[in-house]
Amino acid sequence: MSGISSKRVRSLLRKEWLQVRRDPFTLRLIIALPIMQLLLFGYAINTNPKHLPTGLLAAEPSKYERTIVAGLQNTGYYDIKTLRSEQEAEKGLAQGDYLFVVNIPPNFDRSVDRGESPSVLIDADATDPTAIGYATAALGGLANVLNRDLPPIRRVQPSTPAFQFIVHSRYNPEQLSVLNIVPGLICVVLTMSTLFLTTLSITRERERGTMENLMAMPVRPIEIMLAKIAPYILIGYIQVIVILAVSAAVFRLPVHGSVIVLLLALGLFIASNLALGLTFSTVASNQMQATQMAQFALMPSILMSGFFAPFAGMPVWAQYVGEALPTTHAIRIVRGLLLKGNAPTDILPDLWPIAVFTVLVVGVGAWLYRETLD
Amino acid sequence: MNDATIDVHGLSKSFGARRVVDNLSLRVAEREVCGFLGANGSGKTTTLRMLCGLLKPDAGSGTCLGLDIVRDAASIRRQVGYMTQRFSYYEDLTVAENLELVAGVYEMPEARAAVRDIIMRMELGSYAEELAGNLSGVWKQRLALAACVLHRPKLLLLDEPTAGVDAKARREFWDLIHDLAVEGLTVLVSTHYMDKAERCNRIVYLANGRIMVEGDALDVARQSGLITYDGIGEDIEDIAQRIRAMPGVEAAGVFRRAVHVAGIDRAQLERAIGAFTQLQWREVEPRIEDVFIHELSAKDRQEAVR
Repeated sequence: MSGISSKRVRSLLRKEWLQVRRDPFTLRLIIALPIMQLLLFGYAINTNPKHLPTGLLAAEPSKYERTIVAGLQNTGYYDIKTLRSEQEAEKGLAQGDYLFVVNIPPNFDRSVDRGESPSVLIDADATDPTAIGYATAALGGLANVLNRDLPPIRRVQPSTPAFQFIVHSRYNPEQLSVLNIVPGLICVVLTMSTLFLTTLSITRERERGTMENLMAMPVRPIEIMLAKIAPYILIGYIQVIVILAVSAAVFRLPVHGSVIVLLLALGLFIASNLALGLTFSTVASNQMQATQMAQFALMPSILMSGFFAPFAGMPVWAQYVGEALPTTHAIRIVRGLLLKGNAPTDILPDLWPIAVFTVLVVGVGAWLYRETLD
Repeated sequence: MNDATIDVHGLSKSFGARRVVDNLSLRVAEREVCGFLGANGSGKTTTLRMLCGLLKPDAGSGTCLGLDIVRDAASIRRQVGYMTQRFSYYEDLTVAENLELVAGVYEMPEARAAVRDIIMRMELGSYAEELAGNLSGVWKQRLALAACVLHRPKLLLLDEPTAGVDAKARREFWDLIHDLAVEGLTVLVSTHYMDKAERCNRIVYLANGRIMVEGDALDVARQSGLITYDGIGEDIEDIAQRIRAMPGVEAAGVFRRAVHVAGIDRAQLERAIGAFTQLQWREVEPRIEDVFIHELSAKDRQEAVR
């Protein structure tokens, strides 16, 4: 009984495979679900988040800059933090720490005083257009914010504006909502199918009494688990590919980063869901309970991960909850890889929380698992 | 180490406050067909589960095939065939696929050949490609038996194997079990069909988690000291009802178109049947069921006194 027997695992795998194949309804659902959601959810999400994380890059200290920052903050949409370097700004945008970076050009004060109407460039992370839409719209109201500060001579020439904002939409220049939905949808659909199906498939064995029979045979629990999760990893990947293919064909989804890195990272995400599913199934005594537990985990994954509503729009406590969910990080990874063309190192800050989550959940599951029927 | 296939003593198991098995000791010799009898809820299933390591006993110890039932549960599982009370194979797999799964899980070297053989032997040939879920109860039970003897175990633990199948199928099933015992298998079979108890070498009768009667199937009945009569005639249902209330009658029921009565006190029993001269009475051998009813009511009386 020591070690895992490949022969036993192969037999169990064949059984799982046959069972999945004999359930055409579930199989069709697995393919149809993501497509349906993609088309339905595509344009449906609209919210008005405030207090968006914003970085400030100023070439030198300037009095007008302070007024502009105060004006931006007064709109309620911008929470501003001063940045030291362009690299910091670039990285912050790529990793989603900032949705905006405000660039105050050199010699800004002098240019304004001379009536040159200098530009304040705002780099915006447009992967989620709804998250930044209201905020960029609010910029229009700030056009005259400097007027009271201007020297008297400039005040009498209101024909040219003191300065202008130029918004530079990054990553999703056409601001298509659906491009933001796709990464979220990949993660949510993966959560649904892998979490639900593993939780249910093990609970079903218990409910039908077949688990008692399996346990009476010389099978190790780890072998049963391995055979259980393998088909669902495959199903998960099929869904990812279906979503990507449909998105590329219908919505012209760009793929800027490495697809291989994407699939590897999603492998870890799938593993976290499977681990959660297995742990639930050690607790749930019937399929009804299992469904409810999976739903319990699914709701925050949809609502608090930045899929349904922009993450930055949530209250702070909800953001902490969201940070604990693998889906939150997986969505950031997929957005980063697909839309921003992030390098593998850029996804590390979102990869380790998923790994930690998986290890913790596996630990709890192993602790709860009973090899006997007691 | 001893030559008994099952040798356990003092087994106890509680679920919550309910003691399901209470200080149970059991020896089953090699090649014996031992009937494990008792009403539903008397602790049969729990005992079987403890024997094959699916449940840990709260107290007690012992060996199964010379292996410790707690420490060596994993090794016992390799040599035991356990047939659960409920059909527990996969309804969405075919008969052959279910058997191939079992062969693979036991790591049998010639899995395909072994599956083919057992399908022949259990006469499952015409159902081999049928989904198990489409089989009737009789054939499901046949599949379950095939699956639990496939890996050539030394001990069979069968939990209510004949529940819910007709009399003919039950008879055939017992023929198969006896064939297997002849070939060297030891069988512990639980059932609440008392009419099948005669087909065991030895019977153990369980009530409320305790062994009430134990011994050779025929001896148990003969040595009980019970007097039993059958009465043939008209209105036997009605008479069975009335005679049950009379002193000296411990059990009365209709069995094979006769009123069957049993009692321990010959004089009292004969006085009771003497009141029903419209029936033709004839003394018969006591049945095992009579013994159990007698033991149970004796126990009830004791408890009433206490």
